Amino acid sequence: MTLELFIQYLAAGITYGSIYAIVAIGFNIIYNTTGIINFAQGEFVMLGGMLSITLLDFLPLPLAIALAVALTMCIGAAIEIVFIRWLKNPGVLRMIIITIGLSILIREAALHIWGDNVRALPYFIGNEITSIPVLGARISPQVLWVIATCGLMVICLSLFFKATSVGREMRACAANRTAAILCGIDTKNMVTFSFILSAGIGALAGAVMSPITYTQYDIGTGLAIKGFTVAILGGLGNSPGAVAAGLLLGIIEAFSVSIVPLAFQDAIAIAILLVILFVRPHGLFGSSTTAGLKEY
Amino acid sequence: MALLRVEQLSKKFGGLQAVDSVSFALQEGSIKAVIGPNGAGKTTLFNLISGTLPVSSGEVRFRGHAIQGLRPYQVARLGIARTFQNIKMFAGMTALENVMVGRHVQSKAGFLASMFRLPGSRSEERQIRLKSLELLDLLGIADHAETEATSLAFGQQRAVELARALALEPTLLLLDEPAAGLNIYETAEIGRLITKIRDMGITVLLVEHDMSLVMDISDEIVVLSFGQKIAEDVPTKIQRNPEVIKIYLGEETAGQV
Repeated sequence: MTLELFIQYLAAGITYGSIYAIVAIGFNIIYNTTGIINFAQGEFVMLGGMLSITLLDFLPLPLAIALAVALTMCIGAAIEIVFIRWLKNPGVLRMIIITIGLSILIREAALHIWGDNVRALPYFIGNEITSIPVLGARISPQVLWVIATCGLMVICLSLFFKATSVGREMRACAANRTAAILCGIDTKNMVTFSFILSAGIGALAGAVMSPITYTQYDIGTGLAIKGFTVAILGGLGNSPGAVAAGLLLGIIEAFSVSIVPLAFQDAIAIAILLVILFVRPHGLFGSSTTAGLKEY
Repeated sequence: MALLRVEQLSKKFGGLQAVDSVSFALQEGSIKAVIGPNGAGKTTLFNLISGTLPVSSGEVRFRGHAIQGLRPYQVARLGIARTFQNIKMFAGMTALENVMVGRHVQSKAGFLASMFRLPGSRSEERQIRLKSLELLDLLGIADHAETEATSLAFGQQRAVELARALALEPTLLLLDEPAAGLNIYETAEIGRLITKIRDMGITVLLVEHDMSLVMDISDEIVVLSFGQKIAEDVPTKIQRNPEVIKIYLGEETAGQV
């Protein structure tokens, strides 16, 4: 393999990897505050892309994306308030079924509204053939947009959880809900907020990636599976782990193209998911003791 | 006026009367202990007061207002803080961060201001940090502020939990077995701390098995047995109360004392 090809694959791997990482972090944020996996996570990404494409007819690009992200956040909040908030001690299985149901609902609604056309935002800078030379390889500036946006989101999120009181309260809720309540924290609001937050980051990733990956009403499912694989691989609830695992999966997928046909790309992700679930269900970076203590 | 008044409070779990028509009042600025054999309903009583369990019947009045039926976080916001028999730290957070979460109730900057780190919230964040460090210092664990809370020694974790409860700036502090699992020196230390907290003007209600601690620090003691209040008096009188001696030592010994 030539150096150029290597860089080309690597860039593609990092691009997809950072998107997977964002979806996985979306899973983690909700998992940490509620203990459930929100299988509608991929739909947030789809909505972010689709809404910004539609809004682009009326607004300039940055505003269209901002409004699309805001709308998706409202949808996230609405989902939590309507379907989840009022449940008293819901079982894990019930929650999973609810979120799967919601993902189907959103997907079918999207099919109804936007049809099954493949769409995309225009490239933020230049067009399909604009490229920046990097060590002999040619990389689209949009790739840098995706990587930078995802990187920035990860940094902002970690700052948010570390250095703001709302972030600290969310971590407190995740660590020990009873004690958090007795510190005067309204945990129900924290759960709503976690849905808003993961809808927001999913939507932003969905908008930024759409020029390269294209978007369609049903991309959510595939992304949810990849994101779930990454979340498990990195250890559920562990966001630095999700970044590492996301990049790992993205890069493995990208390089696999040089060995096996493109059509097998998804099979690789699912094979990894199965192996991890059998061999190390607490993930590559999670510790088995903490996994054992969490409620499944 | 009594700060906390419990009136005819009852809690039933199915056929079991865990707390049976218990009434007592807690004067502002005093330390009151609730004692009794295992299963007497002490922790249940705490859970009823803090709103963790719904009341079956009766009333809990705080500053004259009925608070039963409020949600636990609402009770906390009224100024009633509590600690647990088995320590509940926020794992993955430092001792200081644990205490800072307790300051939540006191923080004025809104949700959005805090999210976007607006100037007002940044100076408030500094305030919260400062105040939390002061509390850790008060409890003698400021050196461990940056240590992850769950990796601290048991006694130190208890102090962090106490600091977190104090961070709410409560007027009433409920302590569920503050000396459980502590050695004799740590117990004496926690006793000194509780007295210090009372002297700061915070009223304390505690459940405790360590009798020397209870007798040392309490102004008054309530004795529960099988969910019922069987005595309420100052420590010296409780020590000589035949009823109390009977439930602690058994029928026959009671006659010899």
